[in-house]
Amino acid sequence: MAAPRPLMRAGGARFDSGRLLAIALLAGVALVWSTPLLWMLVASLRPQNFGGLDMASLWPDFTPTLANFAEALESADFARLYLNTILVCAGILAVQLATITLAGYAFARLSFRGREVVFYGFLLQLMLVPPILIVPNLTTITRLGLYDSLLGVMAPYFASAFGVFLMRQTFRTIPRDFEEAAVVDGASWWQLIWRVLVPLARPGMVAFAIVSVVSHWNEFLWPLMVVSSLDNQTLTVGLASFTMGAESASQWGVIAAGTCLVAAPLLLAFGLFQRQFVNSFLFSGVK
Amino acid sequence: MAQTALAVDSPEHGTAAPRRVRRLAGRLGADGRAWLLLLPSLVFLCLFTYWPIVQVLLQALTIETFGSQATSLGLGNFDRLFADAAFTGALLNNLVYAVGTIAPSIALALALAVGLQEATRFNALLRTVVFFPVLLPLVAAAALFLFVFLPGIGLLDYYLATLGAGQTNWLGDPDLALWSLVGLTVWKNAGYYMLFFLAGLQAIPLDLYEAARIEGAGAWRRFTRITLPLLGPSLAFVLVIALVNVITQVDHVVVLTEGGPSGATDLLLFYIYQTAHESYDYGKAAAATVVSVAILLALSLVSLRTLERGVHYEAS
Repeated sequence: MAAPRPLMRAGGARFDSGRLLAIALLAGVALVWSTPLLWMLVASLRPQNFGGLDMASLWPDFTPTLANFAEALESADFARLYLNTILVCAGILAVQLATITLAGYAFARLSFRGREVVFYGFLLQLMLVPPILIVPNLTTITRLGLYDSLLGVMAPYFASAFGVFLMRQTFRTIPRDFEEAAVVDGASWWQLIWRVLVPLARPGMVAFAIVSVVSHWNEFLWPLMVVSSLDNQTLTVGLASFTMGAESASQWGVIAAGTCLVAAPLLLAFGLFQRQFVNSFLFSGVK
Repeated sequence: MAQTALAVDSPEHGTAAPRRVRRLAGRLGADGRAWLLLLPSLVFLCLFTYWPIVQVLLQALTIETFGSQATSLGLGNFDRLFADAAFTGALLNNLVYAVGTIAPSIALALALAVGLQEATRFNALLRTVVFFPVLLPLVAAAALFLFVFLPGIGLLDYYLATLGAGQTNWLGDPDLALWSLVGLTVWKNAGYYMLFFLAGLQAIPLDLYEAARIEGAGAWRRFTRITLPLLGPSLAFVLVIALVNVITQVDHVVVLTEGGPSGATDLLLFYIYQTAHESYDYGKAAAATVVSVAILLALSLVSLRTLERGVHYEAS
């Protein structure tokens, strides 16, 4: 795979009035864009007896307190929610990596009858994404006895057309010499995949992993339908029911803290691995 | 590296290569081996993509007579579906929502990409700020916007009041609620689309701009004559993603409005969800699913080439 190019282009800075206007406009957009998240941070740390009318103030003119977080943690079983979400993301990713590696290899390296047709059959899943098929999928999941289980939340995502394409493209960039040398050394086809191609395809797999985890961490409607007991809820489902409770009590600080708890892991990971995230999302196009 | 780890034993090194290659390919037959490798993916695709389409068609065409076991085949579910004002309303809302969301998101993303393409620290910061909402779960975004849209004391009204505006019922006014959701969606997605335009801009050779500048083309002319045509593939690609997004993402409707007030924010997928999950009218929900599958299939036929090119282009 080609080395990711930086998303930037060097250019001479030429300051004139048009340029300044453009900068001001861009900065204005960024300011507006950042306010909901800034408010989330400020409101989550604000004391609860703070005057209700100035709740929207973004100015942190108070002593920060963790009371909102404490109350959020008390009103929902966040440990369970985190655990379920991590299990769902990890389970989906583990099975996906197996299925997309095998199929990606077949499309990249093997010629077989019907390849074009199957390829377009796979493409179909890029458009007919699981969320649109929630009604028939719920029937299938129930028949399989997976209703109200984490496995039921995961199963529709075990095959990933996007992942298959990504792996196909990644394998295609690896010179065949490596495989030929391994075959000379007596490697079987599964050793070829496991020992030669998979280690060389790691960048593609990391890119896929980031996109997969982000989209399933954020998934809501499907887990909401499949899960009925509190024990199997994921973070997004927990946040939604928790928010509805806190909204009726106008506990905006608690909602902000709860939102923070749900979003923080991904936002932190993005802060740490920004370049990797951006490159992965460029790969992603279609999830 | 990898192949040294593999060097188990190679007694007839070199001369044996053709035979081994043949044996490797021959054991299963090339076709058999390919299908074996595709099998795990195909099992799940059949279970959760192909079979559901068949099943939902059957379910939509099956009419259950209330109180009896007998079923018959027919278009009754579709008749009921299109007679349901809530459904046609949701269809229309989804159309308005699509146009209202996609046009501004793409225009804004394009403007931001062009404006922020130079590699300065300031630009990098602004790009990060615009990208942050992409990582937020739509449910979390909706939870935040509950307060943003709160009449009187919420973020929007609080700061609009300093400009002299009065109190607005952003989510409670049937004429406004859908547009509030449009605003949330643009906020959430513009940064994602910007990323693809930034990458697309990279591929445009700089000397084109240089030549245009020498010929005396102004900034706007350079944008419409060079940037826009050469961004064509990125633009088509983003359009497809955006279209899929407006049909498949309704989490914010569940949290913020539940389709209300009086159906003003009911979208197709939310209608399906409610019909199946709250009214238990599976025949009607199946018929509605068939309609949205048909819409997505029509979109796929139009955009298959685009999608494939996009995937190639992003990954090459």
